[in-house]
Amino acid sequence: MDIFLQQLINGLVQGSIYALVALGYTMVYGIMGLINFAHGEVVMIGTLLAISVAGGLLQAGWPVALAGPAGLAAAVLGCMALGWGLERVAYRPLRNAPRLTPLITAIGMSIVLQNLAMMVWGRNYLGFPALLPKAGFEVAGAHFTAVQVVIVVVSAATMAGLLALVYRTKLGMAMRATAQSPAVARLMGVDVDRVIAAAFVIGSALGALAGVMVGSYYEIAHYQMGFMLGLKAFTAAVLGGIGNLGGAMAGGVLLGIIEALGAGYIGDLTGGFLGSHYQDIFAFVVLIGVLMFKPSGLFGEKTGERA
Amino acid sequence: MLEVTGLHVAYGGIQAVRSITFHVNEGETVALIGANGAGKTSTLKAIARVIDAAGGDVHFRGEKISRIAPHALIRKGIALVPEGRGVFPRLTVLENLRMGAFIRDDAVDIETDLEMVFGYFPRLKERESQLAGTLSGGEQQMLAIGRALMSRPKLLLLDEPSMGLAPIMVQKIFEVIRAVASAGMTILLVEQNARLALQSSQRGYVMESGGITLSGDAAELLDDPKVRAAYLGE
Repeated sequence: MDIFLQQLINGLVQGSIYALVALGYTMVYGIMGLINFAHGEVVMIGTLLAISVAGGLLQAGWPVALAGPAGLAAAVLGCMALGWGLERVAYRPLRNAPRLTPLITAIGMSIVLQNLAMMVWGRNYLGFPALLPKAGFEVAGAHFTAVQVVIVVVSAATMAGLLALVYRTKLGMAMRATAQSPAVARLMGVDVDRVIAAAFVIGSALGALAGVMVGSYYEIAHYQMGFMLGLKAFTAAVLGGIGNLGGAMAGGVLLGIIEALGAGYIGDLTGGFLGSHYQDIFAFVVLIGVLMFKPSGLFGEKTGERA
Repeated sequence: MLEVTGLHVAYGGIQAVRSITFHVNEGETVALIGANGAGKTSTLKAIARVIDAAGGDVHFRGEKISRIAPHALIRKGIALVPEGRGVFPRLTVLENLRMGAFIRDDAVDIETDLEMVFGYFPRLKERESQLAGTLSGGEQQMLAIGRALMSRPKLLLLDEPSMGLAPIMVQKIFEVIRAVASAGMTILLVEQNARLALQSSQRGYVMESGGITLSGDAAELLDDPKVRAAYLGE
């Protein structure tokens, strides 16, 4: 029983991170029908920016209480600029191109960003500075740390903030209107280019936050880390129904829990043949299963042949 | 108020509108009638900057608007009710109306105008929290017109407001169009239902194969033998 609770907690933490990254995929898809495969790389660059800024400031003698927020701010602002630039340079010129073209461009941008990151930060694993206290707690036989608590709480608060933005503000209403019909939104006076840019910028900010959380959680980062994280988060977005904000949140948390429980029990289930390092299997079994049996996802509307 | 001079619209190599010139004076309702494919909707779309004109000029209150950014048009005071209505299906009726007021910041006056729209269309008030996609075609047309009014336009462009609606609904919609007009709105009305359009207008233009072939007082056009034969089924 305690392994179940333990893995549930681990899954919730990992799932919160997936959810934040999945929101970046789903916001952009919801508004322009594009899978921004470079989004995982944006997260990676956020993590590495945080390492450089927070780590550098710590070395310069700054206290953690200042270096940590500075690192987070650098990651968020840097990624917002990166997301804005990506849309401007890579996707806006292809707005009216066939759907496959921006998809291939996205994969291309992902490779470009990975290689740029390799040139800047090198090929080695980098240690992520300890920005949060290492204190641990024990409840009902399950162990969890302050970092895990912060990740879940901050993710939940951020997602609540995003929902408020999308459903309570004028920008949010313009985003939903643009997602349904860019041409009619334009008639209402919405600058559609700016709304699309806003989706990229907001998604990238959430990605940067997730990147800092991943770094704090695993205490390590690498220029290729965005690939698998991006794929998992994309899976989470598809699981929840791509284009649907609540779906991305639920899909992220659900995927994290499926993975954690899978990793916890895979040894028992296969008589010790497969170990917990096979946990990646679960995400992709989920992805294939959703695509085969419910391509619109758990909460997705049937959008038909959305262009 | 609206001056269209030598307007050309082309899709690929095909000329949809060939050098048409017409105008709409402040406070009047002008009908643009003609058969399907005559170029009426293309003309309206070019004025509303939904499509780019291939040539010619459009001036509104003395200002050239044929090259401005599409989303800037509504700030000049021109609102288009598009063909096929174009409501946001997954926004509620109220949210659709608020999208109509997107360019406005005067919260108090927006509430007043909401009440005005609900006054024209009580049905919308009953359904204000329903998703627009669940409305009937006629209700969606009401919503599209109400939404356009929410921007407080100086010129209302209506594209086929009767299309696909039951006769009783068409009557209701046109009652409101006439009420809006008599409250001082300037309206350019594109319609296939020529009789209804001319009965609701002061002047009319007849379009045929991309050009204007007849123009004049709405009442005179209604009596014109050519119009009667070609568009009124007599």
